Amino acid sequence: MSSADDSADWRPSASLESLKSRAMQLAYVRGFFADRAVLEVETPVLARCGVTEPNLDSIGASLTAPPGWESVGGWLQTSPEYHMKRLLAAGSGPVFQVARAFRDGEWGGRHNPEFSLLEWYRPGFDDEQLMTEVADLVCGWLDLPRPRRLSYRRCFLDYAGLDPFTATRGELAARCEHWVGQSLASELDRDDCLDVLMSHEVEPALQSEPATFICHYPGSQAALARTSVKDGITIAHRFELYVQGVELCNGYWELTEVNEQRRRFAADNQRREHLGKPVMAPDRQLLAALASGLPACAGVALGLDRLLMLKLAKTRISEVVAFPIDRA
Amino acid sequence: MASYSTNEFRSGLKVLLDGDPCAILENEFVKPGKGQAFNRVKLRNLISNRVWERTFKSGDSLEAADVMDQDMEYLYTDGEFWHFMLTDGSFEQYPADANAVADVLKWLKEQDVYTVTLYNGTPLSVSPPNFVELEVVDTDPGMKGDTAQGGTKPATLSTGAVVNVPLFINIGEVLKVDTRSGEYVSRVKS
Repeated sequence: MSSADDSADWRPSASLESLKSRAMQLAYVRGFFADRAVLEVETPVLARCGVTEPNLDSIGASLTAPPGWESVGGWLQTSPEYHMKRLLAAGSGPVFQVARAFRDGEWGGRHNPEFSLLEWYRPGFDDEQLMTEVADLVCGWLDLPRPRRLSYRRCFLDYAGLDPFTATRGELAARCEHWVGQSLASELDRDDCLDVLMSHEVEPALQSEPATFICHYPGSQAALARTSVKDGITIAHRFELYVQGVELCNGYWELTEVNEQRRRFAADNQRREHLGKPVMAPDRQLLAALASGLPACAGVALGLDRLLMLKLAKTRISEVVAFPIDRA
Repeated sequence: MASYSTNEFRSGLKVLLDGDPCAILENEFVKPGKGQAFNRVKLRNLISNRVWERTFKSGDSLEAADVMDQDMEYLYTDGEFWHFMLTDGSFEQYPADANAVADVLKWLKEQDVYTVTLYNGTPLSVSPPNFVELEVVDTDPGMKGDTAQGGTKPATLSTGAVVNVPLFINIGEVLKVDTRSGEYVSRVKS
C-alpha cells in the first residue's frame, strides 16, 4: 500500500463541526432527562445472551468463560433492552441510557454495524404517553412541529393503497413483484411482503410528509410489545417515528407477561431455524426478571446518529460518525 | 462460476441477472424497523443498456458475469463484422457485430484504440476514447477574417460524423472532437 493510501484512511469521515454538534446533542439529551428525573444507567455491551429476534443478528465475541457462564463466547448487545428491563424489575424507576449497540450485516447510507442508541423506560406510561415524550425530545432538538400519529393500517392505505390486515399473502406478493422480481416475491411471507412495501413505498412517501408516528403495528410484528384486539384485528402497541422518511425510533408499551415472552422467544427461534440462522438461547435472566415482576411500562430506542443526521441535514451516517466501520 | 453476495455489491461489479450481464450502479441497504433487510440495487443491463431496479434479500447472491474491458485497435470492416485486435502484442482478433459497434460507428477510425467489452469472450460493446482526431471531408468554405467568436457551421468528418465547427475550418483539416459531447475541441496541427 502506498503512503498516500495510508494517509487517506486515518482521518475521521465526519467534520469537526459534526462532532461538536454530536457533543451538544449528548448534553441536550442528558439535560432533557435530568429535568424529568430519569436516572442515567449503564449496562453491559458484552453479555452471555444475544437476541432471538429473527431479523437482528448479534455479533459474537470470544472470551475466556467467566464464572457462572455456561458457554465460552458472548454476544455484543443489539440494544440494552434486556438489562434495562432487569433494572426496572429490580425497582429502578424511570431509566435512560446512551448505549453502543451492535448489529451484524447492517451497513449502508443510514446503517453502521456499531451505533449509538438512546433507550429509555417509563414505568406507568403507555405507548401514547411515551410518544408524547419522544415528541418533546425530538422536536425540542430539531425545532420541528409535533409529529402526527397515523396507524400502520392508515399508512398502508394512504401510501401503498392496500389494507395490510386484510390483503392476502398472494395480493401482497403480487405488489412486491415489481420491486423484487417474481421468484423472490413467491418465497416472501406476509410480514416480509409488508416490509418490502414499507421500505419501498411507504418510507419514500414519508420523505415529503410532516414527521409521523406510525403506531398500532400488526400483531405479527409486535416484537416485545403487548398486543390488543381492536375492531376485530390484533394490533401491537408498538410505534416508530419517521422524520423526512428517516426511521428514528422504535417504542413499545412493554410486554410484561413471562409466559407470553417465553412463547415469543420460541416462535422467534422457529423462524430463525426456518431462515437458516443460528438458534439463540432465550435470556433466562430476563425471563426470571419478568417472572418476579416487571412494572407496567413503556420503552423506546432512538438512533442518535440518525437524529444528528437530521439535525445537520446530512444524508449519510458516515457524515456524523467519526470512524464508521470501514475506517474503524 | 464465482458469485457475489449483496454486501459485496459495489459500483462497477458485473453480475448475471435474469440471464443478462449487468453492471451494478448503486446498492442501497434498507431495513424497516425490526423487519427483513433488503438491498435496493440499480443495474445497467449491458445488452439492452437499460437501467434496472431490483431489490434483493440481504445476503442473497448473484452469479458473476464474465465481462471484461480490453484495449483493442480497430482494423477494418467486412460489412458484416468490425474487426478489432488486442494491443497486448498477442495479435488476437475479435469480430464485433453491428449491435456492438452501433454507438461507436461515427467515431471509428482504423488504427485507433478503443475499449472493447467482452462477454463470454465475444464483443458486447465498443466505446471510443474521450477524444478522437478526424479529418473534415465536407463543410462550407472557410471565410477570411472569421474568428472563434464568429458562430458555427456543420462539418462532416471522415467517419460520417457531423459536428458544429467554427466558420474558419476548411475541408482537409484534422479536428479534435470530444466523443462524450460530440463537440469540436480544436484544430490539430498537421
